[in-house]
Amino acid sequence: MKTDPGAVDSWHRFRSEFAAAGPDRRATMLSDRADRSRRLDLRMVNRAGLGHVGGDMSVLDILTTLYFAVLRVDPQDPRWPDRDRLVLSKGHTAGALYVTLAGAGFFAESELDTFAQPHSALNGHPNRAAVAGVETNTGPLGHGLPVAVGMAVAAKLDGSPRRVFVVTGDGELQEGSNWEAAMTAGHRNLDNLTVVVDRNRLQQGARTEDTVGLDPLDAKWAAFGWRVVEVAGHDHLALLAAFDAPRDGRPTCIIADTIKGKGVSFMEDRVEWHHKVPTAEQVAAATEELTR
Amino acid sequence: MTIAPAAPTFDCRVAFAEELTALARTDERIVAVCNDSVGSSNLVGFAAEFPDRLINVGIAEQNMVGVGAGLATSGYVPFVCAAAPFLTGRALEQIKADVAYSQAPVVLCGMSPGMAYGELGATHHSIEDLSWLRAVADLDIVVPADPEQTRQAVRWAAGAGRGVYLRVGRFKVPSVTPPGVAFEFGRAARLADGDDVTVIAAGSMVSRALDAAGAAAAAGVSVRVLDMSTIAPLDLDAVRRAARETRGVVTVEEATTTGGLGAAVAGVIAQEHPVPMRILGIDRRFAPTGDTAFLLEHFGLTAEGILDAVLGLAGRDDG
Repeated sequence: MKTDPGAVDSWHRFRSEFAAAGPDRRATMLSDRADRSRRLDLRMVNRAGLGHVGGDMSVLDILTTLYFAVLRVDPQDPRWPDRDRLVLSKGHTAGALYVTLAGAGFFAESELDTFAQPHSALNGHPNRAAVAGVETNTGPLGHGLPVAVGMAVAAKLDGSPRRVFVVTGDGELQEGSNWEAAMTAGHRNLDNLTVVVDRNRLQQGARTEDTVGLDPLDAKWAAFGWRVVEVAGHDHLALLAAFDAPRDGRPTCIIADTIKGKGVSFMEDRVEWHHKVPTAEQVAAATEELTR
Repeated sequence: MTIAPAAPTFDCRVAFAEELTALARTDERIVAVCNDSVGSSNLVGFAAEFPDRLINVGIAEQNMVGVGAGLATSGYVPFVCAAAPFLTGRALEQIKADVAYSQAPVVLCGMSPGMAYGELGATHHSIEDLSWLRAVADLDIVVPADPEQTRQAVRWAAGAGRGVYLRVGRFKVPSVTPPGVAFEFGRAARLADGDDVTVIAAGSMVSRALDAAGAAAAAGVSVRVLDMSTIAPLDLDAVRRAARETRGVVTVEEATTTGGLGAAVAGVIAQEHPVPMRILGIDRRFAPTGDTAFLLEHFGLTAEGILDAVLGLAGRDDG
């Protein structure tokens, strides 16, 4: 896959304009960008006949804020050693990552048409070896945080200021490997590590709290030695403030309260949209809702 | 008949740790990651010399392998060390997804493999590891037979640039590496020449294969011994030649026979040049209580057991 120079240019212009903008303009810029990604994602999943749109809609404001306002990355040099890392532990929402990476120019938006097609780089779950910008292969849950801990330890060994971000689902936190890694990160004071929990309270088949409850989730992370911040997960400025908050020697957990299916009225908080595929008519209706 | 080893024997973990520590002195990228196994992985010296480069994640193998992968894709060369049964069994999905599929060049060091933990029981035996890991794509598997091969394998693994499983023996073995014969990744070493039967052995079984070859010679059967220190990718050429040039092939490994060395060799021989075979190992049975030497004998993994198989293939069952 090749970098898309035009998209990279517009991403750079976006970042410059964003840096200079006031709060209202910033909020509008990120929200427009995220909704554009939502439209692309729904179209892509409809075309492919598979995907995880509920989780994609849920996580897109988090990914948009990171890639368009926070991460120090270079789409033209995706393996730049001193880049910030973003690990998408909830790998089933690869679609959301792909539309975001394409938006930043890591590859051309036209590649999204190949999603899930034979021999496409864009597998149903992200593959680092095939897709520029993907940092580790996820899909089985509970894998992202341990790998991110290794990346954060490496940054400390290097004496580098680079940061490592992990986005996990909430149901995913039922995997014990997350808590092994959380314990290690707390013990080692990895303040260069930030976990964002996409707390939409739904897992594949039911509500998290009806399956194996996670609450009080903030107390769990705090007990493992983490600084915990709870934010409205679709409020870009709140997310940004959480990402930019001064660190205190502990790793940070941002519990982002989100809505699965966010932005599409008939998908919001509906468990069946975990991996239901929207029809062309539903994509059209959703696109209208997502166009302001 | 008794075939007694006369030579001194060695715990390969010592050579492993010495070589790793020596490499770390000249290569800042080398780090060790372990699961509270500083002592059992023989990393006490490494930890004393490079305290910042020994990352002990505690008793948490899934996390340990993930941390190794994160270090690897950040430019480090992590040697992830743990008792082989827990490294491979507990963290198998991390080995598959985080290391092999993610192309993260981690050196997975399975310490004290096979039945080295003897009377600690089947929970602590790592006899499934070769079957499990040979099923994983893009992962090399190296099983050194003695201290010198262990050293050379460590040196090779540090520069391999891809995921490697390195089996580091604890059960004491004699030196089998002749002077000047180096460990060569992906290549079998021919340690004895013969044209009646070939014995293909790995790890702790290589010295026993050589002992068996010596005893077979006395019985008039000439045995070729291949030290298959790389299980994956297999040295196909050496296997093909063994099938073509000798009348039968015996494989022997301190592992289950379901998918390790014997299964790999059998796959080649059955499809390309069928000759009679005997596959020695452990056949899907949990071990009874006993020390390692007893258990190896229990499962026929001795020079005598190998000799019986050789003579059987050579048509000398009375040997």
